[in-house]
Amino acid sequence: MGIFIGDDTRLVVQGITGRDGSFHTRQMMEYGTRVVAGVTPGKGGRSFDDAVPVFDTVEEVVAEAEANTSVIYVPARFAADAVFEAADAGIALIVCITEGVPVGDMLRVLPYVREKGARLIGPNCPGLIVPGRCKVGILPGQIVREGPVGIVSRSGTLTYEVIFQLTRAGIGQSACVGIGGDPLIGTDFVDCLAAFEADPETEAVAVIGEIGGTDEQVAAEYVSREMSKPVVGFIAGQTAPPGRRMGHAGAIISGSEGTAEEKIRAFESHGIGVARRPADLVGLIRDR
Amino acid sequence: MNIHEFQARAIFARHGIPVPEAEVAATADEAAAAAERFGGQVVVKAQVHAGGRGKAGGVKLAATPAEARDSAHAILGMEIKGIEVRRVLVAPAEDIASEAYVGIVLDRARQADTIMVSSEGGVDIEEVAATMPGAIRKVAVDPRYGLLAHQAALLGHHLYDDAGAARQASSIIAKLYEAYRASGAMLAEINPMIVNPAGEVKAIDAKMNIDDNALFRLPDIAALRDTEAENPAEVRAREAQLSYIPLDGNVGCCVNGAGLAMATMDLVKYYGGEPANFLDIGGSSNPDKVVAALELITADPNVKSILFNIFGGITRCDDVANGIVEATDRMELGVPITIRLTGTNEEEGVAILAARGFEAMVDMDRAVETAVRRAGGATEGGR
Repeated sequence: MGIFIGDDTRLVVQGITGRDGSFHTRQMMEYGTRVVAGVTPGKGGRSFDDAVPVFDTVEEVVAEAEANTSVIYVPARFAADAVFEAADAGIALIVCITEGVPVGDMLRVLPYVREKGARLIGPNCPGLIVPGRCKVGILPGQIVREGPVGIVSRSGTLTYEVIFQLTRAGIGQSACVGIGGDPLIGTDFVDCLAAFEADPETEAVAVIGEIGGTDEQVAAEYVSREMSKPVVGFIAGQTAPPGRRMGHAGAIISGSEGTAEEKIRAFESHGIGVARRPADLVGLIRDR
Repeated sequence: MNIHEFQARAIFARHGIPVPEAEVAATADEAAAAAERFGGQVVVKAQVHAGGRGKAGGVKLAATPAEARDSAHAILGMEIKGIEVRRVLVAPAEDIASEAYVGIVLDRARQADTIMVSSEGGVDIEEVAATMPGAIRKVAVDPRYGLLAHQAALLGHHLYDDAGAARQASSIIAKLYEAYRASGAMLAEINPMIVNPAGEVKAIDAKMNIDDNALFRLPDIAALRDTEAENPAEVRAREAQLSYIPLDGNVGCCVNGAGLAMATMDLVKYYGGEPANFLDIGGSSNPDKVVAALELITADPNVKSILFNIFGGITRCDDVANGIVEATDRMELGVPITIRLTGTNEEEGVAILAARGFEAMVDMDRAVETAVRRAGGATEGGR
């Protein structure tokens, strides 16, 4: 099963001929993801690695290759338009890996995508993976293992770290979703928690949060109100100074809002066990 | 990106917001000359990227040019939140009948820009929110339609009973929103916005923060960056495309990925140490970036131990290993280095390091614990 992607996924890669796009297309295909087409404006008619047809527009891909999912690797200045294009073409799930998209662009993109009935994951995210079935994005396939734990995270490499430690301890994953480190993102913790709650293969969920914003606090309330499955958490940035953007555009303590302490308190007050170290997530999950 | 008050004032004025005239002075003599030109009482304000200037003594009233010279002399060179003041703004002191607050920020939860006004101006808005929430009125702007006229009118009327003042305020709010959008801002504030005894509404302070990611299409705004007002190490880091924030500890951290970098700092603290910095070398890290990172870390005299924490994804362990080797060829580290490498091309990376006598670990906790110990062990308050 997994969430958002799986055996039915027919993927189009926007920016397939670029450096990142081509590298990760090969990785996704190696993992077993069905990449049905690529898009690079002006390069339509070519073939990528003699295996994947390249088109000029997403509209053509949907008509001719029946893509239902898109992953975006185009440079930041073109990313918003790539999302608009995918939404206009009727793509149901759009995963935007690109980092550095202006917030003003995302302000316009988000309501548009919603009106079209599409789901956007990202931007500035590693994408998602359903172990053994499908990966869309850049998560390294070799560290995951099939199993019962859903993972949702605002980070990239910290997510890999958590997956790595779980896998090493013999705990597999039902799906791992990186929702992105920007202040405005298409899919939040609650969207993923709801999907994990509905997924019969997921037995527990780990939420990896960080400083900035109130997404974790909202998620904590949702967990105590709506979820039957156990949820554990980790919050990065306990030692981060206020007012500084910690690498991710969204990882900033503004005034007194968005601190790690505040988020840890919210998790704990809603019954979410909080790991002090990433390694402690293993024990927390075993205990649940 | 932060910009100075005088730069934000210029942007506001360009968008038609009434901003009283002012001059920027880099020396006490220049400040005195400006005061002379304006005549009468002036205000001398530190131009620095930090809040709380008033509380820090960075804003002074001066009745005469001689006093303006003294004020500027006192303020120039002063440090506010660790940043040296290199310039002051000199402006005629305004007669103030009342002070209000106008601010625009990105509301992440609502995914919309939010305009906030408060009839309590000249004070910290968070304080007002905590003590007098009734003074504040907020309006979320639908990005598809922009600020609607009735929204601006509503905010103006929240601030002033007088119809004329309310109308002026509504106009200022609409122009501020235009300035905010046109500048790729994530924050724009007028605090305070005043009414003078003649009933004129004016912005006598200006603050803007700009979305770094929007700068590529706003060359005029990008040119406002004042690297002299920033920490030199952070300027060097940005030029090398590294994300670096100096801290007070003694364990220098070099990590790939922002989330993992924060978690690494937290783990240093967990094991009783203190991180010297946040440093994210980013995704596709070529050896040059690793060299630049090591130069930054070793330039910090507080660093007693260096910790690499690399989880290879896009980042390749062999690239990082080559960078470490190259850096140690070029310079003396002077302090012990602890390396954790795992993920993409791990074996190649470990072999490169081993050939030069460096040991690489796989376990993050073990590496952090070792780096803390090598920095002189756990300090007070660990665990």
